[in-house]
Amino acid sequence: MRSYLPDFTLRVPKNLKEALHLLSAEPGVWRAFAGGTDLMVLLESGKLGTKQFLNLWNLSELKKIEVEPLRIRLGALTTFAEIQRHPILQKEFPLLCQAASLTGSPAIQNRGTLGGNIANASPAADSPPALLVYEAVLELVSAKGSRRIPYSQFHLGYKKMDLRGDELIGAIELPRESEKMKHYYRKVGPRKMQAISKICFAGVGRTNSGKVEAVRIALGSVAPVPLRCSQTENAIRGQRLTFDIVAQAKLVIAGEIAPIDDIRSTARYRRRVAQNLLGEFLESL
Amino acid sequence: MKAEKIRVCCTINGTKRELEGYPMARLLDLLRMDNHLTGTKEGCGEGECGACSIFLNGDLVNSCLVPLAQVEGADITTIEGIAGADQLHKVQQAFVTCGGAQCGICTPGMIMAAIALLKKHPQPTQQQIRDGLAGNLCRCTGYIKIFDSIVTACREMGLAV
Repeated sequence: MRSYLPDFTLRVPKNLKEALHLLSAEPGVWRAFAGGTDLMVLLESGKLGTKQFLNLWNLSELKKIEVEPLRIRLGALTTFAEIQRHPILQKEFPLLCQAASLTGSPAIQNRGTLGGNIANASPAADSPPALLVYEAVLELVSAKGSRRIPYSQFHLGYKKMDLRGDELIGAIELPRESEKMKHYYRKVGPRKMQAISKICFAGVGRTNSGKVEAVRIALGSVAPVPLRCSQTENAIRGQRLTFDIVAQAKLVIAGEIAPIDDIRSTARYRRRVAQNLLGEFLESL
Repeated sequence: MKAEKIRVCCTINGTKRELEGYPMARLLDLLRMDNHLTGTKEGCGEGECGACSIFLNGDLVNSCLVPLAQVEGADITTIEGIAGADQLHKVQQAFVTCGGAQCGICTPGMIMAAIALLKKHPQPTQQQIRDGLAGNLCRCTGYIKIFDSIVTACREMGLAV
């Protein structure tokens, strides 16, 4: 049933400084509200637990995409539409652009933000696997200052994050790769668009003289958090991709992920598809 | 803590308006109930069906997912603002000509999405048309006549497909 609107506050700070001040005055009371593509759905179905929100949508400080020599810095409010349009992201971070184009629909992509996708902390979100293989770093800001942590350490458990009550995600930094890599992304869902993933897979890698020189793999919808698969990477790195090595890597990934049965799919299906996607990725290297 | 109602100034279809409601009130409801702009439809109320599509500052959005507090100063266009004074928009006319509308509930959202698509890709490929309409569900037409309408609109607008 629809929520009772007078119960919900949506406060509109004028700038980032005011937003951070409000958060530090009452840590944990206010919850960030960006494009609303997740929170408004919960509101409509009466499942929105938090009652006090801070509107970030108009904070220009969090909207910039900055291109630096060694990294790209995306403000947390960068929308999925803006990600897809950006020529340097298209060239150097194609998996993030693909993930953005497969998130929801065009109308959702105009409102959904990268920071929101991260803070919503769904293990089924489409951008986190891409962020993991690109070794993204998060900048978390508060009235006290800012700190940077690898995105791989941000999700602590299902919907649990290394984010204090007085902090916001300020920016997402992507280190620019000096060497050319192969990029692979695939989302498996009941339809191409407007679907929550049954499983999604991101991989980057590079071979040299027939051996895998570098490889990074991450999956969504296979664990309580978006998962970087380092054991699987270790089974592949330095190896020639023979039939045996690929078969071995498939066994490792099946053990490394921890999928569940839920409304969208089954653990068995997800494990099998993860192995198949790994195979397809390795063939592409 | 109970929320107070707020007043928000914005432009709807070229006219300055003041909207009043709770901060989390859906733009969709304010358009339909308070402004009688009932061309914008409600389908699912959760961003899946696209029936409530409008332009917010030029961007296609689902008005069921936009809270009133985010609308201050915004420029809003609904389906009522699409036709000229005495002439339908080419996309609207094409939906009439090609039978792109049946029951009509999805049609305003489809037309908004189609116009957004043609702004982005003036000469869309089949795939771009599919992607552009991916967020709009129709339960009557089977989509073929909707695709035909968009192709026809491109032709009428002098854009080859």
